[in-house]
Amino acid sequence: MLRLDGVRWSEGDFNLSADWSADAGERIAVIGPSGAGKSTLLALIAGFLAPRAGRITWQGRDLGPLAPGDRPISILFQDQNLFAHLTLAQNLGFGLSPNLRLRPDDNAKIDAALARVGLAGLGARKPGQLSGGQQSRAALARALLRARPILLLDEPFAALGPALKSEMLTLVREVADTTGALTLLVTHDQADAHQFARRTILVDAGHACAPRDTEALFANPPPALRNYLGT
Amino acid sequence: MAHRPFPLAAVAVAALLGVLTLGTLGVVLAQAGGGGLTAADWAALRFTLWQAVLSALVSTVLAVPVARALARRRFAGRGALIALLGAPFLLPVIVAVLGLLAVFGRAGIVNQALAALGLPSVSIYGLHGVVLAHVFLNLPLAVRLILHGWQTIPAERLRLASALGFGPGATWRHLEVPMLRAVLPGAALAIFSICLTSFAVALTLGGGPRATTVELAIYQALRFDFDLPRAASLAALQFALCSAGVAMAGWLTVAAGFGAGLDRTAVPLAPAGWRTALDVAAITLATAFVATPLLAVVLRGAPGLIELPGQVWAAAGRSVLVALASCALATSGALTLALARGWRGFELGAMLPLAASSLVLGTGLFLMLAPWISPPHAALPVTVLVNAALSLPFAFRILLPEARTIDADYGRLIAALGLGGAARLRWVTLPRLMRPLGFALGVTAALSMGDLGVIALFAADTGATLPLLVQRLMGAYRMETAAAAALLLVALSFALFLSFDHWGQRHAAT
Repeated sequence: MLRLDGVRWSEGDFNLSADWSADAGERIAVIGPSGAGKSTLLALIAGFLAPRAGRITWQGRDLGPLAPGDRPISILFQDQNLFAHLTLAQNLGFGLSPNLRLRPDDNAKIDAALARVGLAGLGARKPGQLSGGQQSRAALARALLRARPILLLDEPFAALGPALKSEMLTLVREVADTTGALTLLVTHDQADAHQFARRTILVDAGHACAPRDTEALFANPPPALRNYLGT
Repeated sequence: MAHRPFPLAAVAVAALLGVLTLGTLGVVLAQAGGGGLTAADWAALRFTLWQAVLSALVSTVLAVPVARALARRRFAGRGALIALLGAPFLLPVIVAVLGLLAVFGRAGIVNQALAALGLPSVSIYGLHGVVLAHVFLNLPLAVRLILHGWQTIPAERLRLASALGFGPGATWRHLEVPMLRAVLPGAALAIFSICLTSFAVALTLGGGPRATTVELAIYQALRFDFDLPRAASLAALQFALCSAGVAMAGWLTVAAGFGAGLDRTAVPLAPAGWRTALDVAAITLATAFVATPLLAVVLRGAPGLIELPGQVWAAAGRSVLVALASCALATSGALTLALARGWRGFELGAMLPLAASSLVLGTGLFLMLAPWISPPHAALPVTVLVNAALSLPFAFRILLPEARTIDADYGRLIAALGLGGAARLRWVTLPRLMRPLGFALGVTAALSMGDLGVIALFAADTGATLPLLVQRLMGAYRMETAAAAALLLVALSFALFLSFDHWGQRHAAT
């Protein structure tokens, strides 16, 4: 279980608080207006920011002392998910070994992961030779290899068209099911939440609310969400 | 995110630079205790300031029409010409002097022409010779800095100007003058600072009571008068002078001289008529002024290349070794500091050598080492160390922007994947820094190859580097051999620069 226990973050006028928990293997959407703190919430969990107060635990273990790379977490950013000067195989290799010292059978694992996301045989390509959708697939394949129990997605598909994005969400579901990962997906699109997540976190006015049932939340939205959706 | 690779190494590099600059300053100040400055020393100070002011003013004023012509005209070879303007920065000063002597010297082209016309000859020695050489070396730098200013005028502003029907006069008043007001002081101050530490030019074209720089006075006090306290007082004075120059330049920050872009999509208004002739004249004259002395060196030196004496080859070998060692030291030191940002002290440490000069560091090291080891024995190691320290700020400035880009682009990804220091260096930092690393190695190697400073203080009759040997050959009026050795020196300097730069580009990650 991922637990945010009285977590507070502030910088200048900006505040964010969160106090809730999520179960292993859950799929949760994070929705809210721009600048509300969706990315900040993920940065706190991933360890790029340290909470001013409160603590974040996974299965009862405090994540505070752990560096981002040592946390039980994989994260996909909006961009720069791949090293542009390395091949796809090398980029995926970091999912198996952070110093890229690969064992003989690792190459087979990399090839299998590439095949799994529909990039079979493209291991020698560099990210610049791929489309945006293919780059997202490669980053997901690395998350597949890293196989951490928490997967954070910070709008990695925002630049893709609707059909492609829907395809990617299906792929994320498959990856999450394979690794059994608790998945948090930041989005500003209601449809993503419906398609992907049983529960949804609303981030607004400096507060990341506890996850609520997605259908119930949108059927009877609180005023903040109603303003955001414009309904 | 507090994790930084090699902070200990960076502390060590910064500490070494601190000891080299401030430590030698301490030794110098302790020695200087008793010795006051003589009238001759004050004259050297006045001359140093005056020639630096004149060199800066003349260089920047002459650079304005050249930069404007290059900014608003498009012609074949323009890109190559702008690239060539970066070359004098790497040109060994002694070679520039030799070329200027061939054109403006007693038997030079200009005086031959004057004699043919029955006019009195001009002398290149003294204040105007020193200023002439400094303008020759720094005019291209000024042109690049000012051209960069012209290219920063936004295309939208130029479009608006043409939409409003601005003529050349209105463009000058409303766009170009405000830009120049922002750019010229920084360019002038950069050149002023460079000229404060002038040694090789003053050594060859100056001298005597009326044309001695502080840097040259240090050399004479140490080398000819063996007056250690006086050399120390002068070194302390020079350190104060350079620190003031660096502080002022830092206050008026300027863009790096070699970074100027070549082309942008927006071409500024290019007025026709007599202004075309003006621009053509500006470009032609500037090119001739920079190219003629270099051509003269080539023409005079080429015949002697086939029978160069053995001592020239030996000196060339020493110079290449010194250059390789000092470029490796300077670039790895700069890289360590550039990667260890986050504490302002590292940046300050990297810039510290700018406040010193070759002869100040040399005097300090001379005073430290003289009781233990005879100076000629320490000549080459000391030269390597001083050259590395003095060129480190340039390498640092070349590497820093790219190091920052890596952090901005990949800092979070590196942290998220848990790449450690060594993996980060091997898989991300070095591959992505190959291009600026090659450039930095090339620049520092060429600077060290051409340097004529501290080596003059330490070397005995044997064991000279190539620039020092060229200077000695000139002093002995063996001009043909000097020109041939100078040609070899230029060839080696640029070969070093180009091979490192090419190596970096070839291995650059794409």
